[in-house]
Amino acid sequence: MATKKQARVDVKKTYKLFINGAFPRSESGRVFEVTAKNGAFIANPALASRKDLRDAVTAARAAQTGWSKATAYNRGQILYRIAEMLEGRAEQFESEIALTSQITALKAQSQVLDAIDRWVWYAGWSDKLQAVSGATNPVAGPFFNFSISEPQGVVAIASSVSFIDFIDAIAAAVVSGNTTVVLVPGSLAVPAMSFAEVLATSDLPAGVINILTGSLDELAPWAASHMDIDGFDITGIDKKKRGALKEAGAENLKRIHAFSKGQSPTKILAFMESKTVWHSVGV
Amino acid sequence: MTFEYAPAPESRAIVSIKPKYGHFINGSFVAGKKHFPTINPATEEILSHIALGGVSDVDKAVAAAQKAYTKTWSKLSGKERGKYLYRIARILQERAREFAVLETLDNGKPIRETRDIDIPLVAAHFFYHAGWADKLDYAGLGHSPQPYGVAGQIIPWNFPLLMLAWKVAPALATGNTVVLKPAETTSLTALLFAEVCQQAELPDGVVNIVTGDGSTGAAIVNHPGIHKIAFTGSTDVGKKIARAIASTDKKATLELGGKGANIVFDDAPVDEAVEGIVNGIFFNQGHVCCAGSRLILQESIADEVIEKLKVRMSKIRVGDPLDKNTDLGAINSKEQLVKIKELSAIGDAEGAQRWSPKCNLSDKGFWFAPTIFTGVTQAHRIAQEEIFGPVLSVLTFRTPQEAIDKANNTPFGLSAGIWSEKGSRIFWASQHLKAGVIWANTFNKFDPASPFGGYKESGWGREGGKHGLAAYLKTGKETGAK
Repeated sequence: MATKKQARVDVKKTYKLFINGAFPRSESGRVFEVTAKNGAFIANPALASRKDLRDAVTAARAAQTGWSKATAYNRGQILYRIAEMLEGRAEQFESEIALTSQITALKAQSQVLDAIDRWVWYAGWSDKLQAVSGATNPVAGPFFNFSISEPQGVVAIASSVSFIDFIDAIAAAVVSGNTTVVLVPGSLAVPAMSFAEVLATSDLPAGVINILTGSLDELAPWAASHMDIDGFDITGIDKKKRGALKEAGAENLKRIHAFSKGQSPTKILAFMESKTVWHSVGV
Repeated sequence: MTFEYAPAPESRAIVSIKPKYGHFINGSFVAGKKHFPTINPATEEILSHIALGGVSDVDKAVAAAQKAYTKTWSKLSGKERGKYLYRIARILQERAREFAVLETLDNGKPIRETRDIDIPLVAAHFFYHAGWADKLDYAGLGHSPQPYGVAGQIIPWNFPLLMLAWKVAPALATGNTVVLKPAETTSLTALLFAEVCQQAELPDGVVNIVTGDGSTGAAIVNHPGIHKIAFTGSTDVGKKIARAIASTDKKATLELGGKGANIVFDDAPVDEAVEGIVNGIFFNQGHVCCAGSRLILQESIADEVIEKLKVRMSKIRVGDPLDKNTDLGAINSKEQLVKIKELSAIGDAEGAQRWSPKCNLSDKGFWFAPTIFTGVTQAHRIAQEEIFGPVLSVLTFRTPQEAIDKANNTPFGLSAGIWSEKGSRIFWASQHLKAGVIWANTFNKFDPASPFGGYKESGWGREGGKHGLAAYLKTGKETGAK
């Protein structure tokens, strides 16, 4: 008597946070539920806490000097490596996005391909930024004077729910040498944490990109008032709620910006600081 | 044998100060309602009475600026706008001595500085930006970058006319119109600048000047007709402005405080470094946001440098700002003098050692002798807070990394100095210092072609150079904050 072959029970993934190159659970022990369009359960990602945010900022700060002082060539290659890793797992991301968001499978596919190309585009900027944003300044005196752009330091990102916007914001912030703490809303947690696995295999130094999933309403005000965050991309925040964050961010004069969609060097330069050096000339 | 200097006063006959001033709105002077006195801080003599601008004055000025923007200024080609700026630059050069004397009278800074630094730089700023007006397509901000409209500009008392030039010249070159408020204690050169606008036949309403105090400034910041705020002043007020505009679409550039580190390595040319240290902290009575107010000396040369610095400081001539031999003039106001005295007393109380050369300070006016504190540690308030006076805090270091760590250890990030004969060390240090302006083997140099502005709590944005144009032009990707 032939036995009917049983359907295989698939192995589900536990979605955790990505801090300092590791995948810890939230110290708070909190999770939230992500469901598919039809209401079926998909995952219980971590609901990040204020302490998780502080840990992520500490990791980002510790990674700052190493990443910002890496050569532009090196940073460019690591960003390109992220594109390579993403390309290899494109189908996984397509199905996760289609499953957890409101967009169609076809649109999900084009988003993932765009996301891969976006990394390639930003990777190429690493060693060209100075050529377009810097200057030698002809001052009226015996001085050699030049301006260069430097990363601001630690940049928090309150991400939009769209995967491509999430990718764009991160790439724009890190290509110049900033380190980041990315706040991910709702169901974007699923592809975002899979993306953390891409980062973990991309030669990216630990702490350069940290990803926290959960509620922007909770996390964003903490980020806005955190004194060791230098810049804050609030593109993913409702327009009505941005004023309060900017007000909180004034305490350490955070550079707070929101952007329209699409790739642009403006986004990179928004989280850079211009430095001008005067050197006396003489024999 | 000592050489005494005979007094060499610059004549004040070249200036004529009216007993009372109004606001400059829509191309003409309009009477103010309330007035307050402006004094010569070197003598406490009342020079004139300045109008205290209120909400209705700001309303009128903004309306004039809006009208000028839509009807005239935005319709003018860059080439024509530029020619107005060239005219202004030339008239400023022609009337330079008059401006220098007036600035010295109203501000208290030495005539040597107003004559040789402030006013020439003012003219240079207009001349430089005039040339940008028809070349904005090449500024790296995309094709045909657009102005914001009306810029509200609030400037400090330490470089009154120079800060006006830093604000007005780029705003006009990029096609914005302005409502400017000079500092409460130093309005006179701004009001004389209004006459320059008239002589240049600048279209009415392109530049409007409303005098007053902090409440006048707040009225400008909060006015719905203002699209862009440019402020130079204290970090505290800068933060207030950032909060005030948080829920609006207004853009802001903020040039705020600093606590500049002047690092002297053991291979530095000591005599040159001593000159640079003196220029770094005693230039303009130390009323400089980018002053080198923290001297960070390599331990092995600290004694030698301090000894030479004291000798040099004892040659600083403190006194009549109109005397051409004066190095250090009057403190700008009684209020500022009190603040300098308070923070210096805190330096004493926290255990730092104070030293000043012997100075004969006048009983009239506001004076403070050049002062250094040695034995300062990073935790001392005089190592962290901006004193904005002729007071230098001296710290020491052993390794280059320690120098960088100490230099970066304040909430500010405006300026820094490096003294060394070794090129690779200078570039290493300049890469690691978190500061917007770094001077290597020099200090306190300014030029319209050179961007100026700070990291961290020293502010937002840059003024001067190609970078400064971005402050007054819309860039593509950033969306409104609402």
